[in-house]
Amino acid sequence: MGKIVIDPVTRIEGHLKIEAIVEGGVVKEARSTGNLFRGFELILRGRDPRDAQVITQRICGVCPQSHGVAATLCLDSAFGVADKIPDNGRIMRNLIQGAHIAQDHILHFYHLAALDYVDVTDVAKYEGNDSDLNSIKDFIGRGELGPFFPRYEGDYRLPPEVNQQAVAHYVKALEIRRMGHEMVSIFSGKIPHSVGIVPGGVTSTPTVDNILAFLWKLRRLQDFINNVYIPDVLAVAGFYGDYAEIGTGCQNLLSYGSFDLVGSDPDYARRKRLFKQGTVSADLKFNELDLGKITEDVGHSWYRDSSSGRHPADGETSPEPGKEKAYSWTKSPRYNGKVYEVGPLARVAVTYAGGDPTMKGLVESSLAQLKAPASALFSVLGRHLARALSAKFIADSLEKWVLELKPGEPTFVEYEIPEEGRGVGITDAARGALGHWIEIKDKKIANYQCVVPTTWNVSPKDDKGNPGPIEQALIGTKVKDENNPFELVRIVRSFDPCLACSIHVVTPKGRDLAQYRIA
Amino acid sequence: MSKEIPLVWLAGSACTGCSISLLNSASPTIKNILIDEIVPGVHINLRFHQTIMAGAGAQVVKVLEDTAREKKGNYVLAVDGAIPTANGAAYGAMGERDGKPVSLEDRFVELARDALAVLAIGTCAAFGGIPAAAPNPTNCQPLSKVLESKGISKPLVNIPGCPPHPDWIVGTIGSILLNGLPTAADLDDNLRPLAFYGKLIHENCPRRAYFDEGKFAQKPGDEGCLYELGCKGPITYADCPIRRWNGGTNWVIGAGAPCNGCTQPEFPDLVAPLYQKLVDIELPTIGAYWAAGKEAK
Repeated sequence: MGKIVIDPVTRIEGHLKIEAIVEGGVVKEARSTGNLFRGFELILRGRDPRDAQVITQRICGVCPQSHGVAATLCLDSAFGVADKIPDNGRIMRNLIQGAHIAQDHILHFYHLAALDYVDVTDVAKYEGNDSDLNSIKDFIGRGELGPFFPRYEGDYRLPPEVNQQAVAHYVKALEIRRMGHEMVSIFSGKIPHSVGIVPGGVTSTPTVDNILAFLWKLRRLQDFINNVYIPDVLAVAGFYGDYAEIGTGCQNLLSYGSFDLVGSDPDYARRKRLFKQGTVSADLKFNELDLGKITEDVGHSWYRDSSSGRHPADGETSPEPGKEKAYSWTKSPRYNGKVYEVGPLARVAVTYAGGDPTMKGLVESSLAQLKAPASALFSVLGRHLARALSAKFIADSLEKWVLELKPGEPTFVEYEIPEEGRGVGITDAARGALGHWIEIKDKKIANYQCVVPTTWNVSPKDDKGNPGPIEQALIGTKVKDENNPFELVRIVRSFDPCLACSIHVVTPKGRDLAQYRIA
Repeated sequence: MSKEIPLVWLAGSACTGCSISLLNSASPTIKNILIDEIVPGVHINLRFHQTIMAGAGAQVVKVLEDTAREKKGNYVLAVDGAIPTANGAAYGAMGERDGKPVSLEDRFVELARDALAVLAIGTCAAFGGIPAAAPNPTNCQPLSKVLESKGISKPLVNIPGCPPHPDWIVGTIGSILLNGLPTAADLDDNLRPLAFYGKLIHENCPRRAYFDEGKFAQKPGDEGCLYELGCKGPITYADCPIRRWNGGTNWVIGAGAPCNGCTQPEFPDLVAPLYQKLVDIELPTIGAYWAAGKEAK
């Protein structure tokens, strides 16, 4: 019996440690440990509610925009304007969040995940005229391989010319994702940590020139997604086909949905969205979302035990470093008492199961190309494929939405901060279901709660002893070489963990989630 | 033979936004920075950066520790994020030693001791920033305070911003490669390079004329100066109005939003509420440099 410790897990956001107990070459037990705690919710208490939108973006610099959206939806509902945002405002929020998520998916595949599959050293054999590849060849020739070495060795399967092309795409993807951020900036000022999305709508105004600038950057983004990103995912899948059966996980998926298609329904759990709100399990049957079913356990987290297993905002929770049995700063959110995975796979599968015809077409044609059954979605490759399809589904929708903007019409509606009130904001961030809850007293934040995607995915065991989604995806995995545990890091990275997001929770006092639901 | 500048990037109590901002560098691009000779004859060798590097676990911790030993006195240490110091630095750890987690504070101190210079990337590393905001649950400290408490004297440059503009990071590193470490005359009282942080947002703001004429926006989307909507441009040193963000695409006030003062030591507590008008501030006027007898930078 051996123990594999990976600390730090790199090419993810934040500080994560993975431990696996291996017996006869198979993972028997796995632990994921979030290694940094900041305490955002404590920081938020007592502040002007509007500042939540600025401060919560700083939970994560990789996906700030989705925190901005969740916080803003949360404030809209607390301020009583959830159903009054002008169409321009609603659409510009979608454009800002959509461009951000599409570039984030590209960043994940090329710059965080690809080095698990692509052998950069094959560029040393490159004989062509591509100046990027030749400069990388020179770089390799200098002998200092900077961030690209050391690495795990022994399982790079792509032929040299495919590796070379993938490295060229790694460089190209750096440009494209930078341009994706420019699209965000057009309507939201700057990114990371953008400023355009505020309660009541957005601060900027649509003009013909910024609509066209966005549209033509978008066309380059779509071209890359259609002709480079999706083909590259399928190509990697062709050489690493066994990963369609590795990293299956809990097979329960949860999506909050994202991208409001109408603004007039105040209930975010029910309003019409591009990605649907709901859950699916192994049978891929659609179930409606019920926010009241969320609970958070802390039995294996470094927080006081006193109120584990209740609604996330209902427990007295304060840090207790060194608590016995605990091994993570991350809590364990559960839905209906069960372990649920969130992320692109979840929102793609929920939207597919919910009967969206475009998503049905995308999923079915990709599976046909891979000659894989729908069950293959629950895997390392399934998560990468779903992320690419999520990028395409979003980008194609942005093209339609940007042309719906009406210059000269309002983007913002005025509101008053109530003396007292509550609000909830839910959306699907790049990495999955993201919820913010607020309670206002004396026009100040009395309590603020975030339950974020990676908290679901990277969660430790719950009080019943059920391991979290990533832990479950690791358990049962065959590890060919314990010194080069490719399988483990490929599984973990397929979830695109974001630790800064997952560990920020301090809830000295809270409320039942159901009380925050808006009717 | 190209000269190597070893660079180690440590993430403290951070959100990774500073690193993502660096990825947005337009010219040179991040590929130029990582792969090419950034100035003729010199290249940066980024030996450690958790979000980018290929390896994982013990093998990369070894790189970190080997660099500190083998390149003693010759490597640049960049840190994003503040350093959590509460409870024996229990709130942040990276990598193990003898089977025990090593705190971010210990990592930082070990690396800083033998570095050529330390770059505090972003407002958290420079001044404490968001994780150090009241009640500062993990007693996060800026790099300068941790160095001081450990009696370590190192050249330190603060490159604040939440996040910093990539040009501020790349420009500071480029300046070190071309001209050597900055002197006191190159930095302001907060150790920020004057080249980027020498003037107030307010001095270069395209909406300044509205301010001077007393025309103020009352809600987002309005024409006019954003002062009454909480703009902190009058007290914030940075060149955002002329540099603009994301390859020159736009900037905060360009999107109709007030500056929130993110390059300042006061961010976020002393500039909050962020959407409320500044009070009790003696506003400088254009030309304050001359009035103060200073040379314009």
